Amino acid sequence: MPKKYDVIIIGAGIVGSLVARFLSKYQLDILLIEKEANIGMGASSANSAILHAGYDPIPGSNKALTNVMAVEMWPVLSQELGIGYSRCGDYVVAVTAEEVQVLEELLARGQRNGVAEIEIISGTEMRRREPLICPDIVAALWVPSGAIGDPFAATVAAAENAVMNGVELMCGTAFEDFLMEGNQIIGVRTNQGDFHCRWASNAAGLYADEVMHKAGVRPEFIIRPRRGEYVILDQAEFQLTQTTVIFLTPTDKGKGITVSGTLHGNVIVGPNANFVDSKENKDTTTEGLQEIWEGGNTLIPTISRKHIIAQFAGLRATGNAPSPDPALNYNQDFIIEIPNNVSGLVNLGGIESPGFTAAPAIALKVIELLQNAGENLQEKPDWNPVRAPRPVFRNLSREEQAALIAKNPAYGRIICRCEMVTEGEILAEIHAPIPATTYDALKRRTWLGTGRCQGGFDIPRVVAILAEALAKTPEEVTKKGGQSEFLYRSTKAVDQDYLNMEALI
Amino acid sequence: MKRDYDVVVIGSGPGGLAAAIAAKENGAEHVLVIERDVELGGILLQCIHNGFGLELFNEDLPGPAYAQHFIDDVRGHGVETLMDTMVLDITPERTIYAINKGLGYLELRTRAIVLAMGCRERTRAQILLPGSRPAGVYTAGTAQRFVNVEGFMPGEKFVILGSGDIGMIMARRLTIEGAKVERVLEIMPYLTGLTRNYVQCLLDYGIILEKQRTVNRIIGKDRVEAIEAVSVDEAWQPIPGTREVIPCDTLLLSVGLIPENELSKQAGVLLDPVTNGPFVDDRFMTNVPGIFAAGNVVHVYDLVDWVTEAGYVAGKGAAAFARDKHVEPGEHIPLTAGENIRYVVPHKLDKARLAEEQVRLQMRAIAPIEERVLVTVEDQNGEVVAKKAGAYARPGEILTLAIRPQAYELVQKATGLTVNVRRR
Amino acid sequence: MAEISEIICVTCPQGCLLRVKHAGSEVIEVHNSGCKRGQEYAISELGDPRRMVASTVRVNGGLHPLVPVYTRSAFPKPLIPRLAQALRQVEVSAPVKIDQVLLADALGTGIDVVASRDMPAR
Repeated sequence: MPKKYDVIIIGAGIVGSLVARFLSKYQLDILLIEKEANIGMGASSANSAILHAGYDPIPGSNKALTNVMAVEMWPVLSQELGIGYSRCGDYVVAVTAEEVQVLEELLARGQRNGVAEIEIISGTEMRRREPLICPDIVAALWVPSGAIGDPFAATVAAAENAVMNGVELMCGTAFEDFLMEGNQIIGVRTNQGDFHCRWASNAAGLYADEVMHKAGVRPEFIIRPRRGEYVILDQAEFQLTQTTVIFLTPTDKGKGITVSGTLHGNVIVGPNANFVDSKENKDTTTEGLQEIWEGGNTLIPTISRKHIIAQFAGLRATGNAPSPDPALNYNQDFIIEIPNNVSGLVNLGGIESPGFTAAPAIALKVIELLQNAGENLQEKPDWNPVRAPRPVFRNLSREEQAALIAKNPAYGRIICRCEMVTEGEILAEIHAPIPATTYDALKRRTWLGTGRCQGGFDIPRVVAILAEALAKTPEEVTKKGGQSEFLYRSTKAVDQDYLNMEALI
Repeated sequence: MKRDYDVVVIGSGPGGLAAAIAAKENGAEHVLVIERDVELGGILLQCIHNGFGLELFNEDLPGPAYAQHFIDDVRGHGVETLMDTMVLDITPERTIYAINKGLGYLELRTRAIVLAMGCRERTRAQILLPGSRPAGVYTAGTAQRFVNVEGFMPGEKFVILGSGDIGMIMARRLTIEGAKVERVLEIMPYLTGLTRNYVQCLLDYGIILEKQRTVNRIIGKDRVEAIEAVSVDEAWQPIPGTREVIPCDTLLLSVGLIPENELSKQAGVLLDPVTNGPFVDDRFMTNVPGIFAAGNVVHVYDLVDWVTEAGYVAGKGAAAFARDKHVEPGEHIPLTAGENIRYVVPHKLDKARLAEEQVRLQMRAIAPIEERVLVTVEDQNGEVVAKKAGAYARPGEILTLAIRPQAYELVQKATGLTVNVRRR
Repeated sequence: MAEISEIICVTCPQGCLLRVKHAGSEVIEVHNSGCKRGQEYAISELGDPRRMVASTVRVNGGLHPLVPVYTRSAFPKPLIPRLAQALRQVEVSAPVKIDQVLLADALGTGIDVVASRDMPAR
């Protein structure tokens, strides 16, 4: 008799990981599967890191409900999970009279959604608060409950807390199909074999449409990947007067380009929003850079291209699901449901922005759906909601740094000089409850290689550390799993003759 | 270990090693070199090709042999060394905070500091190279470390962007180790490295160099699968109809170097936005008394010999500062970039210095002049205090000239000196 | 029969593009040379082209897995591919001293390949 899980969660992004973490509170056997080598490598790894206050979504939509509900969850959740969180507030700024009108609409919408303390301030007041802002600004929407987080750290911490509380995690495990008896899901088929379950939860992000279609659910639902490009500025070269989030007035294309502080200290500029043909197309483009740069420059005229230290792009899982309330006439909502025509599926889909913000509320909705479906969820007496943070060397005082090195000498060796990441931090992630096994996983967890030299200094050192810790050869170490090896062979391991040197002879 | 030094040198490349030796030779008793790698020598250790030492030793040495000469000298002089140690912070009062696996958190006091952290390579992001983000995009120096020191080939089929010396030298090096270099692309209409390297690294091996051509896009999901090349006009704008997809597994970037001055800034050292290095006087002292800077941390040199010479000057200055607790506040006059000169190092000159010795200036031209040129140092009245003839002036090659002690009298009357390079 | 070849002189950084009239490896006239060293360069380049060669060889038990090496003097250019191949077969043990001969009389040229640094044992 094969093991039967109570719940299998498909996809370990921010949504799947938080669903796992909140469900781990109950006496359930849970399996979390992830197709990539490490968790959180999809949409959760590349976005604005903004925790939206909730003035943007259409009142009454799933987006609005979960967004506003989650805003109040993040302060506690970030404490429990030991991750960064800063309620720095955000601004939407207007230059023209039409844009001021949009601010009025946002204000009204925010008030209807229940966003606290939202107000419109004058251009003068805005310039007083952020002297670097464009002098043409005539008004701004000030939203004190806007915040910034770290979506990747949140994903790792949530999944880790889930694993601490008994959830099984399998990376490199790709969903292929559902196992069904009639219209009842009894398991999932993966590239690592079949796993049986009573419930499956679709948290497959960009691929959520394909997953639900396998169960015959919502054949008309399609996710169109919408790419957002970003640039990161060198924190030593450019800082906002105070860490905050500043949006251009939104258009129908997106929330508007942002100049935003981050928990890592860098300022980030972006995103644009363009549909692309592939769910893997995270290319940055010259045109996209131009687009976000123009937006960024409109907000802060003094930013300089010379200060760009990284470019990246992420994909939004933009769906076409109508809101549960047809009166809203809104067709880009989150799907959070147990479908009528299939049993045993908790279906999540179209989780684009504000998905990071809304994720913990979505997790609570999943619990509610299960309870409404008759699941008698019993709390574990020993559930531990706390996942202790690991030391971040650069954030410590001199005394704390000295004490840390005295305790563990590996913290006395810097591997990434720009971001001051130590060998101790890298080893801690490799040996964490959910091990980081690739360069990119280490990069996103420790922030190594994200600074001015973009890995030029640390890559050879990190490859050596990963090889030793994982008992691999350096040629087997990858950037992000798959065929992304850094090295091809040892320098002398070639027995070919002079094919490439004919010109000499 | 000791916690109190006369001179602490940060970095053990050619500038740092020379500074340590000179500090010792000029009377500093306790001299310490701090190096972040596991051995002394800096980047020279991975520059295994010949071409070092022609100016100073009249010898054609590989980088490691050049470095070893100074490493042996540092040891012979009884300089203390700390390897595998990273400096985290320097205060203007010259307290140094550093960490080491074995020794823990270190707090050191010193009378003088020589900054010799060298430079770093410009990256993909700094040239805003679009496309996907696969494995297989490396700076030329990182690839050089892998191939020559760590013993691994980072690919089999390469495209190299940039005709700087490191890029061309890596093209040859990779070919010798059995890899294929498909192309070297250069966005400028001229070679940015030395002609010698073009001949001996590219022509010799039949490697194609295409000028006014650059990488337009990186292609590949996990690993680089190809790059898209495109021709550009004088304004670096892509020319329609010139795109070509070149299959390859690795893209090497040799697109420039930037002085590494994050520590300098922490110590309050002011940087010249043109060189990206500290403003220095003729002894290579920065604006912070007692903090000196030498080598590529000041500006990017093209010959190691001049880095060594700068290290000697800075080390001597640091020893004098450590001994006297200050430097005689000599009368400094500014040295400024004049006609067709982008920058001059040092930025100012102590007028009394010429009584002791000559002062070498290093300059970079703005536009290439492919005919005979004259470099002149002129005072406020246009009077020439030093000059040097050359066969050409190119932005890729540093111009150097010494103001000799014979010019002492002339310089005493000067309120400022300007350097120019003109057609002869 | 005489022919004209263009070669870039690398004696100094100037890089003159020499126009050389020659019959096989015998130089008849050199034009466009900025100085008299161009003549010598053309003669050696057409008669017996040589290059300094730098590479690495494997070292056992060293601080690093490779030790850098170079030819003690300029090496015949056409033999460089075979030299590269020969160096792949060389394996030495740490410690290695600078100038230590690691491949003597390479390919019978009489030229030694030597270490360009000390390589201490690990």
